[in-house]
Amino acid sequence: MPGLTRRTFMAGTAAMVPALGSRAAFAQQPRRGGVLVVAADTEPRNLNPALVASNGVFYVASKVIEPLAEMGPDGSLLPRLATAWEGSADGRSVRFTLREGVQWHDGRPFTSADVAFSALQLWKPLQNLGRIVFKDLEAVDTPDAKTAILRFSAPTPFQLVRNAVPALTAVVPKHLYEGTDINANPANTKLVGTGPFRFVEHRPGEYYRLERNPNYWESGKPYLDGIVYQVLPDRAAIAAALEADRIQLAAFSAVPLADLERIGKVPGVKVVTEGYEGITYQLTVEMNHRRKELADPRVRRAIAHAIDRQFVVDTIFLGYAKASTGPVPLFDKQFYAADAAMPAFDRARANALLDEAGYPRGAGGTRFQLRLLPAPWFEQTRQFGDYLRQALRAVGIDAQIVNNDAAAHTRAVYTDRSFDLAIGSPVYRNDPAISTTILYQGGLPAGVPFSNQYGYDSPAMNDIIAKAAVAVDEGERVRLYRDFERLAAEDVPLVHVAEFTFITVARDRVRNVANNPRWATSHWSDTWLAS
Amino acid sequence: MRSLRLIAQRLLAALPTLLLVSLGAFLLLESAPGDAADAYLAQTGGDAGFAAELRQRLGLEGTPLDRLAAFYAGLLQGDLGTSALFNRPVLHVIAERLPTTLLLMAAAVSFTALVGSALGLLAGVRPGGWRDQAITVATLGLLAMPNFWLALLLVLLFGVQLAWLPTSGLQSLGAPKTGLAAALDMAWHLVLPTLALGAGYLALYTRTLRAGMAATWRADHVRAARARGLAERRVVWRAVARPALLPVVVLLGQQVGTLFGGSVVTETVFGIPGLGRLTYEAVAGRDTLLLVGVVMAGTVVVILANLLVDLLLVRLDPRIGASGG
Repeated sequence: MPGLTRRTFMAGTAAMVPALGSRAAFAQQPRRGGVLVVAADTEPRNLNPALVASNGVFYVASKVIEPLAEMGPDGSLLPRLATAWEGSADGRSVRFTLREGVQWHDGRPFTSADVAFSALQLWKPLQNLGRIVFKDLEAVDTPDAKTAILRFSAPTPFQLVRNAVPALTAVVPKHLYEGTDINANPANTKLVGTGPFRFVEHRPGEYYRLERNPNYWESGKPYLDGIVYQVLPDRAAIAAALEADRIQLAAFSAVPLADLERIGKVPGVKVVTEGYEGITYQLTVEMNHRRKELADPRVRRAIAHAIDRQFVVDTIFLGYAKASTGPVPLFDKQFYAADAAMPAFDRARANALLDEAGYPRGAGGTRFQLRLLPAPWFEQTRQFGDYLRQALRAVGIDAQIVNNDAAAHTRAVYTDRSFDLAIGSPVYRNDPAISTTILYQGGLPAGVPFSNQYGYDSPAMNDIIAKAAVAVDEGERVRLYRDFERLAAEDVPLVHVAEFTFITVARDRVRNVANNPRWATSHWSDTWLAS
Repeated sequence: MRSLRLIAQRLLAALPTLLLVSLGAFLLLESAPGDAADAYLAQTGGDAGFAAELRQRLGLEGTPLDRLAAFYAGLLQGDLGTSALFNRPVLHVIAERLPTTLLLMAAAVSFTALVGSALGLLAGVRPGGWRDQAITVATLGLLAMPNFWLALLLVLLFGVQLAWLPTSGLQSLGAPKTGLAAALDMAWHLVLPTLALGAGYLALYTRTLRAGMAATWRADHVRAARARGLAERRVVWRAVARPALLPVVVLLGQQVGTLFGGSVVTETVFGIPGLGRLTYEAVAGRDTLLLVGVVMAGTVVVILANLLVDLLLVRLDPRIGASGG
């Protein structure tokens, strides 16, 4: 879209949002009271964040059940249930000092026994991501009620544990889970936590209702009397409800990007682009190396060269994204390797590489055909499928689009591996070891979603990943992950196209929106409604 | 007595229908690519062990035939199985949603039948007149509009621009009400969904009644009535409209069936937790047992509605019952 760059778009957006993060908003005295009604577009089957670490779960559950610590504005850790943390030099233990005077919503005291139980019975054996990060967790010592020491059987980098804490360490009450079938426990849907809000009820298909926890450990908070999540599966309806002030906030880009410019001009409505830096998604092209053509690194490089990332950012994401350079997003200053970049847009080079690889243009200018499966997760993953088809046609590759719904796509790509190209949107979870190295690790069994099911298996890559997994020294660990990024850029087993997060649309009177990098999935104890 | 026989016949005939419908729904969703575990993993991710444990927990091991046999074995004992999506008995999930859908359907059927018939009557009094033509154009316009589009237009006009009516949901969530106020609040929330769901059918009622009346005007008994010097109003009511009402009653039964389809879209746009949306959720989540349950519940509702219509017809026109029914 000529004339519309990310910068001009962002500048325009910023002008629409005078209240966001500006001093004016903080200068006002927060007001107590009011029920915030927000849009929810999914209803997770299991709402327990200690079992399912996913944004859909956190959106509701993070207000009720708290992690040990949360991510601060600069990416650092800020205390929640833990007030201090310290890792041992050998990577075998991490000591958490817990907050005093915290109560569960049913009135029982919160102690180190709850942390030990959550870690050993939920995070490690049952949680979708904890199974990876806490796989070597062997015991949790509780010398007193306010100290929990995680002990690992193999070196587990403290840096990894720290980076995983905001998303993976939700603590649940031992007294409600002990001796039960944890996966079937009623508290998984009727949450009991220590957070600023108590869970009141879930009317399936209609709403979740949370109410203020008067005994919250942070005195005077939360400001809101309650939060109601109205289940609204239709995006146009969400925008209409916001305009009519029937709901006051819609997170996770529930309002379509194409609608933002218009809705941002509606009096009383603001478009907020911050608050998701710590939950970055990546737009990727997964290439099945079992196809003879795609096993050739020259062909994979050619495909990367055929993609105009800036065009994708400007046209498909309307500027609400950044061009990717590799597996680590720009936001993560800790691990980002500035000198590693995947092949840039260069159509002539793409054509030359394909010729060199032995795939000359045949009849109609086509070199070969591929099946392209765009993931159905976002409108942008589908739209990018259409773009990629055109971009590949320009270099003589005929991509046939195969559209599937979520279940069919997951089965086709991650279990049956019946695809040539697939468009994915993996989440970067603030440490490459949590959900990023599995995009590159070889030899994974079939059936692991959002992982390397495309048959890339490089001994050099596997070696770096294995070494980094147990690298206790932080400098060494960062060095290894930067090597990982450089090798990824060289081998191009998959193409990282763009990194994107989400947009929040809210009424002006909702304050303290987006004041941390994982805002939509954080506690909202300081969110308030102006009169 | 005649009615009782009719009821018995219909209920007996419903059994093979239910069997066929449940089998069809089961096989359709089982043959779709991906299963409930895939649909779940698409939201959460997880390692290989996670996926395997999930499949075991959801009872997805074994062949579709094993699962089908288990389903019918359970059905014989009145058990519809457990929903993979909600982790609760299918019957409970449906029981939670069915009243909402029935309420919405009842509202839509009453609205279309009453308003549609009134318009049809108005048009049929003088076929070809200006009123008839205006009503025909307007109702055909509504018939031509896609359900979801009309729904969004209604929301934008009455919900956003004029702000007269709520845009979505079943109740005011920020400030919940109780008692009579709550009932009125819900009625208020149902106005737009009812309009959106019913508008298309309006034309059919209008056209059916109008066509019936137009044909009846030429009938002998109408001429006889006029010859006897009956007032025009009584001619319209007794001689023309009443016989033309029979096909309108038949339409009622048909509408209940098609409303199930329309409710998927209407419930989605208006955020109403009914069976329509549940159907969509069951398909997207590959929740076979839930889909089978929903389809069976829908079938039962349609069968019962048509039975009621038939009983009503017997009442209205004794000839129907006499001919064996």
